[in-house]
Amino acid sequence: MNYTYYPGCSLEASADSYDKSLKSVFSDLGLGLSEIVDWNCCGATAYMSVKETVSLAISARNLALAEKAGLDIVAPCSACYTVLAKTHKIMAEKSQLFDHVNSALSQVGLSYNLGCRVRHPLDVLVNDVGIEAIAQKAKVSLKGLKIAQYYGCQIVRPYATFDDAENPVTMDKLFEALGAESVYYPNKVRCCGGMLMFTFADVALKLTDELLRCAQENGADVILTTCPMCQANLDMHMDELQQSYGHSYTIPTLFFTELLGVAMGSSISQMGIDKHLVPLAANVAKLLETKI
Amino acid sequence: MAPKTVQQLDDRKPGMVTRKESELRLEFLNQVMDIPGGEKINRCIQCGTCSGSCPVSYAMDVQPRELIALFRAGLIEKILQSRSIWICASCYQCTSRCPSSIKVTDIIYALKRIAMERKIYPDKFPVYALSAKFVDNVNRYGRNFELGLMMQFYLKTDLMRLFRMAPMGFKLMKLGRISIAPKRIRALEDIRKIIAKADTFAVPRETHKKEYIEGMIGYRAVDGEVPDSGGVQR
Ligand code: SF4
Ligand code: SF4
Repeated sequence: MNYTYYPGCSLEASADSYDKSLKSVFSDLGLGLSEIVDWNCCGATAYMSVKETVSLAISARNLALAEKAGLDIVAPCSACYTVLAKTHKIMAEKSQLFDHVNSALSQVGLSYNLGCRVRHPLDVLVNDVGIEAIAQKAKVSLKGLKIAQYYGCQIVRPYATFDDAENPVTMDKLFEALGAESVYYPNKVRCCGGMLMFTFADVALKLTDELLRCAQENGADVILTTCPMCQANLDMHMDELQQSYGHSYTIPTLFFTELLGVAMGSSISQMGIDKHLVPLAANVAKLLETKI
Repeated sequence: MAPKTVQQLDDRKPGMVTRKESELRLEFLNQVMDIPGGEKINRCIQCGTCSGSCPVSYAMDVQPRELIALFRAGLIEKILQSRSIWICASCYQCTSRCPSSIKVTDIIYALKRIAMERKIYPDKFPVYALSAKFVDNVNRYGRNFELGLMMQFYLKTDLMRLFRMAPMGFKLMKLGRISIAPKRIRALEDIRKIIAKADTFAVPRETHKKEYIEGMIGYRAVDGEVPDSGGVQR
């Protein structure tokens, strides 16, 4: 199976390991990814806050470029995923905006005719490949690993396309099939604060504090995430959390593709897990290095 | 003109709003009607599910439910002066749980756009600057430049935090998780052309049915007619 790939800006910088691990997992499973040539920023939440039609038009440029290939687009960043899906949906539902966006795109010889399906890699892995098929290829057993499965907000909201908006389970099932245990984690779809970490740090720190505490108290060894923003917020602010709340956390937050990659035989460093600020505990690292 | 105080806004005669308020109202409705399902805003039952579900409502001066109550009361200017719309993290929890299918998150986006357009901001609260810088970045490079965005934003708003974050920044840099230079896309000219054309379609514009606007506005302007609307007279 082949897909068009939209990495998004974070995967080029802070979430580089998400990009690498995703590509590695996809190629191990025989899935093709071809990156959209010269893609641009989707606009994230910020562009929508300033100009509506413009933000839809720049986001639609990516859809227009992807449409030519006629394949589903894989967008790993939750924000990109939602923004691209939303652009498609708004254009499908509001004919006036469809016309306006296409009129803007026609300036550079492009058009978007609603021919793309925007997919999250978790959806592709679980629904196109299948949990069984993935489990058969596993080279490392995750038995004994306790995971807090953190989905965050934008992959299930506002469009709950492949999983439930309040209690998603696809990631739980995937890693349980590989031997891991999902701990009780009622915060699985709670917001990490996103961009508030820049603008209103106190609020975002409180949210990340709750997410980390819940995971640590429930005995998780790692938190798994599907979003670069969540990973950054949960990984990078330990010093500030110590200063603000006096709480110290030792729980690392990994991209789900990193752990999947390790389970399929790649090393911890190949998957970029050593690039996170919070390191894996020694016993966890040992478990992940033990091949079946 | 100095912005009206809340007291002045609250002192109006019933059924009347200031000219500026009716302009904001028209603009707001135009923006909201552009959202698929936006017209459902008039179905709000004030149940408070949105406020109760919002992970950051505790930090808001106006709760999500109150945003809609203030809109109904003809106090849009007061909403725009609140911090709330800028505290919203766009997590869509309110939207996904609203029993009346109101697109609360998209309504907040619409409010942010009007605030940016009209330059009506909460006092001493430069958060909106992040959105402005982000847009700037995308227009300039075609992609977001994380490091540049953060630096520009903190230089403008919170120098202290820049210093506090510096040690973390260096650690990330050592790990290769920060790119030092922006990545420009090749088709920058294309992006600029698309933006320029799309910008000509900016709201407010006369797009929606006049009767609809009339039904939704239901207020008279006190100091003069609102241009072009025709709909503000009851
Ligand atoms: S949840 Fe919906 S109906 Fe209830 S107060 Fe909020 S917007 Fe209104
Ligand atoms: S989208 Fe905004 S207002 Fe709605 S629940 Fe999330 S943070 Fe609160």
